[in-house]
Amino acid sequence: MEIEVLRHDIVIVGGGGAGLRAAIAVAEADPSVSIGMVSKVYPMRSHTVSAEGGAAAVARDDDDFEMHGYDTVKGSDFLGDQDVIQYFVQEAPKELALLEHWGCPWSRNEDGTVATRAFGGMSTKRTWFATDKVGFHMLHALFQHSMRFDQIVRYDEQFVTKLLVDGNTIRGVAALDIREGVMRLVLGRAVVLATGGGGKAFPFTTNGNIKTGDGMALAYRAGVALKDMEFVQYHPTGLPGTGILITEAARGEGGYLRNADGERFLVERDYGVGTKAELGPRDMISRAIIQEIEAGRAVTQGDWGEHVYLDLTHLGEEKIQSRIPMVRELSKLYVGVDPVHDPIPIRPVVHYMMGGIDTDIEGGTSIDGLYAAGECASVSLNGANRLGSNSLTECLVFGARSGRKALEFARGASEGDESSLRSEGANEAGRVDALRAKTSGTEKISGLRRALNDTMESGCGVYREEVQIQASVDTVQEIKRRFEDVEIQDHSKVFNTELISVLELSNMIDISEALTSCAVVRKESRGAHTRRDFPNRDDQNFLHHSLCHFDSTGPKVSTKPVTLGKWEPEERKY
Amino acid sequence: MSDPPKKTFVITRFDPDVDEVPKTQSYEIAVDPDWKVLDAVNYIKDEVDGTLSHRWSCRMAVCGSCGMMVNGEPRLTCKDSVSQYGDTVEITPLSNFPVIRDLVVEMDGFMDKFKKVKPWIIRAKELAAEDGPVRQSPEELEEFKQFSMCINCMLCYSACPVVSNEPEFLGPAAIALGHRYNVDSRDEGASERNAIFRGEGTVFSCSFANECSEVCPKNVDPAAAVNQAKFNAVIDWATGLVLPSGEKE
Ligand SMILES: Cc1cc2nc3c(=O)[nH]c(=O)nc-3n(C[C@H](O)[C@H](O)[C@H](O)COP(=O)(O)OP(=O)(O)OC[C@H]3O[C@@H](n4cnc5c(N)ncnc54)[C@H](O)[C@@H]3O)c2cc1C
Ligand code: FES
Repeated sequence: MEIEVLRHDIVIVGGGGAGLRAAIAVAEADPSVSIGMVSKVYPMRSHTVSAEGGAAAVARDDDDFEMHGYDTVKGSDFLGDQDVIQYFVQEAPKELALLEHWGCPWSRNEDGTVATRAFGGMSTKRTWFATDKVGFHMLHALFQHSMRFDQIVRYDEQFVTKLLVDGNTIRGVAALDIREGVMRLVLGRAVVLATGGGGKAFPFTTNGNIKTGDGMALAYRAGVALKDMEFVQYHPTGLPGTGILITEAARGEGGYLRNADGERFLVERDYGVGTKAELGPRDMISRAIIQEIEAGRAVTQGDWGEHVYLDLTHLGEEKIQSRIPMVRELSKLYVGVDPVHDPIPIRPVVHYMMGGIDTDIEGGTSIDGLYAAGECASVSLNGANRLGSNSLTECLVFGARSGRKALEFARGASEGDESSLRSEGANEAGRVDALRAKTSGTEKISGLRRALNDTMESGCGVYREEVQIQASVDTVQEIKRRFEDVEIQDHSKVFNTELISVLELSNMIDISEALTSCAVVRKESRGAHTRRDFPNRDDQNFLHHSLCHFDSTGPKVSTKPVTLGKWEPEERKY
Repeated sequence: MSDPPKKTFVITRFDPDVDEVPKTQSYEIAVDPDWKVLDAVNYIKDEVDGTLSHRWSCRMAVCGSCGMMVNGEPRLTCKDSVSQYGDTVEITPLSNFPVIRDLVVEMDGFMDKFKKVKPWIIRAKELAAEDGPVRQSPEELEEFKQFSMCINCMLCYSACPVVSNEPEFLGPAAIALGHRYNVDSRDEGASERNAIFRGEGTVFSCSFANECSEVCPKNVDPAAAVNQAKFNAVIDWATGLVLPSGEKE
């Protein structure tokens, strides 16, 4: 059967913060360029919408690029690339100003300037905010601004299943139209992946249902390395049960963490965060909570398991309502606690992937014409631990840069040979059709997902150890084999969400393969990767990025140098 | 411990490739009292019947995906506690939208309405990044803040009696969005949008049933926005009659 082919100059996969910013950058740079934006959900459903606390950029007189840069390098446990970080901190204020021009309702100081708040690991107030619904406002401002550009053609609810690569050059993507159940090719002379993270590989996460690491898996299978995948951020304050996030802004506004005895353990005990206390970096605070739990100073309560408390009661209703209303809303709705009167139960929760598609400072990958930005990419801004509020800004800074770079590339690039792309597309359509039509499987999707989730949690938790990580490496391979026998109940074409779940599960298995493979070989503790068997950072042997390449015989792990610069690695103490 | 309570979920099913008309299917499952309605639907999808289709993502009441009719009322199902309902819970797709499949409705028309109100900042002179942020006082922010909270969940379109009679009606969320920009101190596009509002099927079609504001899960109060937008559109028109064209007060 002939497969339908659509053509644009540039194809952007993803309509979250990074994808929209890339599209706008291209549209503004050259109105004659046509942009195809493919997204598996309507853009305003992208998970950027859930970001709460804020976006970082130097704004105040007591702050400068040097400080933001150093905080980020130190937060990354010296695994962030310093050229990337310097570029990032300089661009950040411009990007947030643009967002302001595009209508983002930033919270204000009395004099009308943009207000900033304190955030973990940041040495001054540099996190811009719109109460505590920052991602929501950013995403809607970007999406609404993007509507003024008719040259941005959206393909909503279309799921990319494959990158089309010819030799070493990108030619476009194959996508399943979820609504109609048909496959199409969306061809372009450059492609930007902006598909977000993959927290759903874990059972307890702040991530929404759509965060399944698709773009990472697409790039990985196409031969691009995934970088630093072992670094998974556990956010200290997730609601037990659902994993819904209570933003760090709650601590930025003055909230305390307390154990079962009511003690502010970050102040009373030495967890390495010094006077930063509750505003220490996330990796350290999550470890402190786990240690409190292990020492028996946590609360155990029914299905919620062990947790500690985030206490906001001293802030008062007015401050809570004006600065962090969503914290109150979420807490009331999902754990039945009004933080004005009672402390919120919380525990560390999988939140963000520092790792992702290996890119250079311009978002470029090892495939010509293929770019990546946002959470799916690892441009090496975050290294081994991201500072809260850097990633929304990252989506803007590197979304824009990869968009502009893609445009530059597309101008000089030729179009691929359509007949061979059509036949490749027909093969891919055949694969997806066969999957949907499959009647033989016995492995339930939910069972496989649970097995994957369980092994990722046990092997790649806050604390890790050789035996468990190796067990996860093996279990992921076993799940990969079991996946061949997956059961599909829904064989229909129109809006087949079960088929989408299967494709997503396969993507999560692939990124978990890379994640566990990198975790097992990094025999040191750095940032969010904490090994009980190797408790110290080892710059002698591990001051490098991890790369993981897909190979039909199994993942291949290698290394890549870190770009150092102004700041030499030193002990990370606060 | 006693057994968890059971409830029966009666869900509308429709696959256009095989069904002429929608049908219902019942699922009796044990429910956790802490569940939201969405958790129950997800449970059915994952463990009982993989062929059921619905939309969801954030499960924290902010992405706007999971709107459905629960016992005849438009609800955001990830926010809607399951234990408030009796033994039988009826779930159907959002009213006033064409159905694609099961609980999934067609929203292209809704998206087109958004674009109609020019939901972006319009300024005579565009600003550059280097110009830095524009000042806006907390009071100016308050003017539009509430109307910027819409998560596009479409519940208000399901509740609106005008949308149900007149599908082309711009509707509560889109009007609230246009109005949100009109009252943003950084915007200079009000006259363009007011001209749109004075057209057919917009603010003057509203019958002030207030249903939209009642069902809104985010307290956006679209009815208030429509009311204000109507007033402003008239004032703007009247001012246009006295002032020479193009002149702005
Ligand atoms: C609860 C929460 C709170 C957060 N708070 C903050 C904060 O306060 N500050 C901060 O800096 N960061 C925060 N973060 C992190 C930050 O929000 C994310 O890293 C960032 O928003 C990711 O944006 P993105 O554009 O890369 O991806 P997303 O917004 O996840 O968008 C991904 C896009 O890709 C599309 N897509 C994915 N796969 C496919 C496919 N196969 N085919 C087609 N399209 C596809 C999706 O449809 C979507 O449009 C938070 C994260 C969470 C989960
Ligand atoms: S799932 Fe996002 S609003 Fe309900």
